[in-house]
Formats: sequence, C-alpha cells, structure tokens
Amino acid sequence: MNGPFDLALALGDDALIAAQRLAEWTTRAPEMEEDVALANIALDQLGAARLLLTYAGELEGAGRDEDALAYLRDDREFRNCLLVELPNGDFAVTMAKLLFLSAYQLPLYTALAGCADERLAAIGAKARKESAYHLDHASLWARRLGDGTAESHRRMQAAVDQVWPYVHELFAPFPGAPVDPTTLRAAFDATVDPVLAEATLARPADGWAPAGGRDGRHTEHLSYLLAEMQVLHRAHPGAIW
Amino acid sequence: MVLVSDPRAAVAAVVDPEIRVVTIGELGILRAVDEDPTTGRVTVTITPTYTGCPAMDVIRADIRRALAAAGHPDAAVRTVYSPAWSTDWISATGRAKLADAGIAPPGPARSGPVVPLTLAVRCPRCGSPETEQVSRFGSTACKALWRCRSCSEPFDHLKAL
Repeated sequence: MNGPFDLALALGDDALIAAQRLAEWTTRAPEMEEDVALANIALDQLGAARLLLTYAGELEGAGRDEDALAYLRDDREFRNCLLVELPNGDFAVTMAKLLFLSAYQLPLYTALAGCADERLAAIGAKARKESAYHLDHASLWARRLGDGTAESHRRMQAAVDQVWPYVHELFAPFPGAPVDPTTLRAAFDATVDPVLAEATLARPADGWAPAGGRDGRHTEHLSYLLAEMQVLHRAHPGAIW
Repeated sequence: MVLVSDPRAAVAAVVDPEIRVVTIGELGILRAVDEDPTTGRVTVTITPTYTGCPAMDVIRADIRRALAAAGHPDAAVRTVYSPAWSTDWISATGRAKLADAGIAPPGPARSGPVVPLTLAVRCPRCGSPETEQVSRFGSTACKALWRCRSCSEPFDHLKAL
C-alpha cells in the first residue's frame, strides 16, 4: 500500500466516474440550462480526474499515464466509491448523488489543500473552488424539489433515501492517505443537514452501509459504464482526433 | 528572415481562444515568461482557469506559434496549478474589455469559509443593476448566463472564482 498513490487513484476514479455519469445527461436534461450545468460539472470532474490520475501514474512509476489508467483498467482495478457509479436514475436521484458527492469533495479537497504532498495540495486548492459551486447547485435543486410540489417532494425524498446508504463508504478509514476521510464526516453532516431541513426532507436513518469500491468490489453498474467509456480506446488504442 | 523579438510581448498578446477580446495576460492565465540566459530558450508558465478547461491545448499551441513567429521556435510551455487561478487576477484592462464585449466582469472572489452568496451584477449593455441569473452555468466553464430586467438583454457573466 502506498498512501498518496492509493488516494490519488481513488479520488481520480471518483471524479472520472462521476464525470462519465453526469455526461450521460447531455442532451437529455429536463431543461436547456440544466443540460449546460450538468455538462459543465462533468467537465470540472473530468479536469480533476485528469490531474489526479496523471499524478497517480507518476507515483506508481510503471509508465501508465491518465489514459492508460482511465481506459485500460478493468472494473476490479477501479477504486471509486460506489456512490458515483450508481445509475443516474431520475433527475432527483442525480441531484441527491451530486449533493452528497460535493458535500464530501469540498471538505476533502479543502483538507488536501493543506496536506504535505505538494501536488495533491495544489489539486485540492484548485478543485475545492469548483466543488463549492457544485454544492451550491445541488443544494438549490434539493431545496427547490424538496420544498416544491407534492410530487417533486416525494421524488426528492425517495432519491435521498435511495442514495443515503452509499455515503457511509466515503468516510471509511484510508490507511496511509495524506487525509483521513473519517475526519470529514462532521463537515459533511454540517453541510447536508441544513440543506435537507430547509428542503423539508427527512434525513434517512443510518443502517445498511454498502462498501467495497475502494477495494475494487463494485456494483455491476460500473462494468456497463466502463464498457461504454472504454470501448473506443480499446478498439483503437492511442486514437486521437 | 525571422526577427528575434521580446518573447514576453509576443506571449502576452496571445488572445484567449474562448473569449477572444482579452489576452491570456489580461486574464491572469499567463504566470511567467522566462528566458534561459545561456541558451536563450523560452519557458512559458500558464495556469488553467478551471481544471477541465478544454481551451488549454489551443492556448499552448497559440503560445508556441506566437513565439515561433517572434524567433523562439523551441519554446516550452509548462502548466502549473498552484496557486489556483482566481478571477481577482483579471486586470483592469481585461475587465474593461470584457464589459465592452457584453460580458459582465466578475466581482471579488469569495474567500475563507465557502458560503453561497449572490452579488448584484450590472448589465454590461445598459448598466442597470436590475439583473437576474438565468443559468448558473454558461457557454464556457467560467461563465454564467444572466438577463437584464431593464433592457431585457441576456448577457454572459464571468463567475467570480
């Protein structure tokens, strides 16, 4: 185990898979402005993924660059959390996922910005500003849908309930990492609780806590996502345009 | 014959490929231009606005092209991420050019604890503060879409970062 490498890979995979899922909304979002928004957030996640995976490749020292790590690994070699690989579901599910992801990434990148590893600190300082904007966006939608019509409330609550079990994995110990994720839970709760309250949404009880993403044990959804994301590069290695 | 001229001036004049009214110098993307005193080789240091900014490859190519035209064909372009770019780095000239092009320049970047906040954005067309945000995201990663309630014109706003 190599702490900085494992963390850069895990966070890079989080951002990459989140980017791929968000990009699936392109041309399918409920309104034009949201189409632009989700594509922009996907682009931010992809930017962070590229920096993190490039650095992971350098730390590994085996000659793998960002493309090799993104396109030439199988599902069991990915280290992303399960939350990001879950299907988009309806728009409320996507917003619940984005709310929880950004409420995790913001304190995570903030902590990373102060860590001893200079490269990770630079990435954290840059990405945290973008995460703050994603968090604003998801919070606004959670409030609008949660405190909206009876139907939007029902669907937003269902989305929160469906996704909630997957947040616990984000805060599991990460041996050797420059940032200890267990220390981020308080900031996550302090962000999410008021948003849920203002959105008139009930915070789900903690119970079932699926995990395994950080060890390469994923849901089957990741395999389908990778098949679509990797097919071109695998069919035409090194293709550029 | 290629005349060798000041590499700083050549690089500073490169325009941003997505907002073509401002230069990379005015946007604060250009961080340094160094010339090796012995070899004369030029190294340009740039930083992206957003991590995923898709214009970076074009900016690198434009810098190399400008330097080649200025007599520095072997220039290197390196990208740094720290300190992270801020809209506070956009120069006064850059802000004026943005406004002239109908893009409302950013207010001060939020610092310290990150809290959602909204500041009044003036319409770059008529100057009215009676404006509203149409979309938090826009045509590029660094912009949001706004609309003026006084003159009804939609306009881009460069988001404070």
